[in-house]
Amino acid sequence: MDRLTITVLAVVLGLPPAVFAILAATLSARPVILWTDALLYLLLLVTTCFVLYARHRDDLRDTWRAVLARPLGMAALVVLGFYMAVGLLDSVHFRLPVGEAKNGEVHYAGESLSLLDLAATPLREGVEKTYSAPLAITLFVKETLERPDGSQVRDYPRLRYGGAHLDDPREHHADVALRVVLGAAQGALLAFFVLVLAGAGYSRRHRLPWALATARLLRGETALPWWSALATLTVILVLAGAVVQLAAGYHVLGTDKVGNDVLYQSLKSIRTGLIIGTLTTLVMLPFALVLGVMAGYFRGWVDDVIQYLYTTLSSIPGVLLIAAAVLMLQVYMANHPELFETEAERADLRLFFLCVILGITSWTGLCRMLRGEVLKLREMDYVTAARALGRRPASILTHHLVPNVLHIVLISVVLDFSGLVLAEAVLSYVGVGVDPSMHSWGNMINSARLEMAREPMVWWSLAAAFVFMFVLVLAANLFADAVRDAFDPRHARTRTA
Amino acid sequence: MMAYLARRLLYAVPILLGVNLITFTLFFVVNSPDDMARMHLGAKRVTPEAIEQWKAERGYDKPLIYNAKAPGLEKFTETIFFQNSVRLFVFDFGRSDAGRDIGYDISQRMWPSLAIAVPVFLVGLLTNITFALLMAFFRATPLDVWGVVLCVVLMSISPLFYIIAGQYLAGKLLHLVPISGYDTGLAAWKFLVLPVIIGIVSGIGSGARWYRTLFLEEMGKDYVRTARAKGLAEAVVMFRHVLKNAMIPILTGAVVVIPLLFMGSLIMESFFGIPGLGSYTIDAINGQDFAIVRAMVFLGSVLYILGLILTDFSYTLVDPRVRLE
Repeated sequence: MDRLTITVLAVVLGLPPAVFAILAATLSARPVILWTDALLYLLLLVTTCFVLYARHRDDLRDTWRAVLARPLGMAALVVLGFYMAVGLLDSVHFRLPVGEAKNGEVHYAGESLSLLDLAATPLREGVEKTYSAPLAITLFVKETLERPDGSQVRDYPRLRYGGAHLDDPREHHADVALRVVLGAAQGALLAFFVLVLAGAGYSRRHRLPWALATARLLRGETALPWWSALATLTVILVLAGAVVQLAAGYHVLGTDKVGNDVLYQSLKSIRTGLIIGTLTTLVMLPFALVLGVMAGYFRGWVDDVIQYLYTTLSSIPGVLLIAAAVLMLQVYMANHPELFETEAERADLRLFFLCVILGITSWTGLCRMLRGEVLKLREMDYVTAARALGRRPASILTHHLVPNVLHIVLISVVLDFSGLVLAEAVLSYVGVGVDPSMHSWGNMINSARLEMAREPMVWWSLAAAFVFMFVLVLAANLFADAVRDAFDPRHARTRTA
Repeated sequence: MMAYLARRLLYAVPILLGVNLITFTLFFVVNSPDDMARMHLGAKRVTPEAIEQWKAERGYDKPLIYNAKAPGLEKFTETIFFQNSVRLFVFDFGRSDAGRDIGYDISQRMWPSLAIAVPVFLVGLLTNITFALLMAFFRATPLDVWGVVLCVVLMSISPLFYIIAGQYLAGKLLHLVPISGYDTGLAAWKFLVLPVIIGIVSGIGSGARWYRTLFLEEMGKDYVRTARAKGLAEAVVMFRHVLKNAMIPILTGAVVVIPLLFMGSLIMESFFGIPGLGSYTIDAINGQDFAIVRAMVFLGSVLYILGLILTDFSYTLVDPRVRLE
């Protein structure tokens, strides 16, 4: 059999056992739920509940359809979904058993892993000696090598893992090309499969023949631009297919100073970015919503106190307040090492507190906006009517005011997300971001920055971090635009102007 | 007018007191001075005498808020709160934990910060308004659509990328300017060009898009339709009517940051090795010099409040309908 057939067979046959091995490994493991995991699950639950609730409300459903009616919004949502999936895979933690003691007691590894770690085991464990360029088969620096005949020579040594399956270095380019084509083809096949399924779903729903339904999907003749979602998904799948095929034999994005795979680091950083962007919002939202609505509705001394609170907080420059708080957190953690069982727990708690601190510095803007809106709404006829009918303030707040300011909350949540992801990188650079041991784009940039002066330049860590961050932030910004246009009546007007 | 100013200044006092209370809680209550001394002196095997000495040198050996042992009024003045926080109100910043005079350092480092921040602010404002006007003028044409897309792309790029790419391109590849450093007097210009350009470029995305929205909002109003109905050329409508009226919201956003220009830019200054207040703060954060961080927090809040007051005054200048009472 030729090489192609063997590789195809290996991939087709190899995939199910790999998935099975991961599942089997998880079954015997002990689950670990970190603080940020728990909050992320909670966030997921809240989102699901909101989606279920919105399905039954005609107005909400129509507005969300308007968000998805824009091709860019749809594409952005698919990209965000991809990031979210990686982040969630990385948020299921457990400790694997490491052999059994005599009395049947199972011992567990001290290090907790996630599903993503398991899926990317070759990447995680394939540690080289030091820098190597993307897809390289040799190190980036020369070393003194011993020839079989005993003489010594300065040359680039072969990598331990990257391209180790190649006997002859001359096969390198052909092998890379083959893997790219094969992986892309697999991705395209998967995308085709999705298209068939989507066509089937659409034909059932609208009682059309399958061929016609698929043609309409592809030609963009549907009410929602599903073609945009399918196209984005195809691009993602083709890229992912090629990367998966390459990653099995090479370091797709090279390795860093201590030889860790850069692709693995970039994937792990997704969770950190998502957590900073979402949990911060989750932390600050209750304060902003409750205080903002109360200040607007009750006026008087309540208003004064709340206004004083947010003016004071917002008058401190954000970075400085964060820096001061994180510095104090560091001192506290350094003096109370007994509070944390493992290094990962400590890093996780620091991430959580970073979200809290970011939340404290960022709720003031939303609070001010909500107060202003409620000040307007409380003079509306329906609120006066509710008051005249003798409804209690608490019930007016929850039934009449909060639902009518939710669009402001939603817009500010999606708008804040991209800013927070970008802020993480800057804060980590300043030294007040996430724990240095945690994977994050900021830490990647920070450690790669010192290598700028190297000749030739080590660019791949920086490039990987920036590209991963850029795609996420761009998708978030595009999605935020779509949400704002759909939910903000004032903004919609300026678009048509 | 004067009465308004007096009231605003009085209103600033409780806010600054609140800011002080927050920093005081953060720096002295969450962690006791003993904790900080241990952190600074390093290892766990540090002797109690060394801690006492470290605290005494920096005046952290006093009680936190109330000194029962001291006579009379000194019950309140001989405390950490009074010595370290209340004294900030008269801009007496005291000495840093490393023993340097913070007030002197600030007065020295203010100028390099301003040398970057002021050009970035002024030229940046001009650039953003120009781009926004262009997009609004050609609204709903491909130029406008692609302009907005470009803005979104530009604002999705990490600010760190602009700096690193700029340093690589201009400093390393083209050898146009030195990568980092600073010089006294006018000789500093070649160190300043690159940071200023990067500062402007990194702000275009969000700035131009925001101003475009303001212009479009203004163009939907009745007076613009009237002006067009009179037969005025579109360019005249844009410059004489729309630009003037849109300046009100633009000014609100711009004036508030003017005082904060003193604080410099944290990452820019540290990347380019410019001895301004931004890199001063970063060095203090990395060196865990709490006295400097405290002083900068206070200074930042004062400047922010100043910015708010200035904004109100600028309203009266550009909008004759607004009167301060």
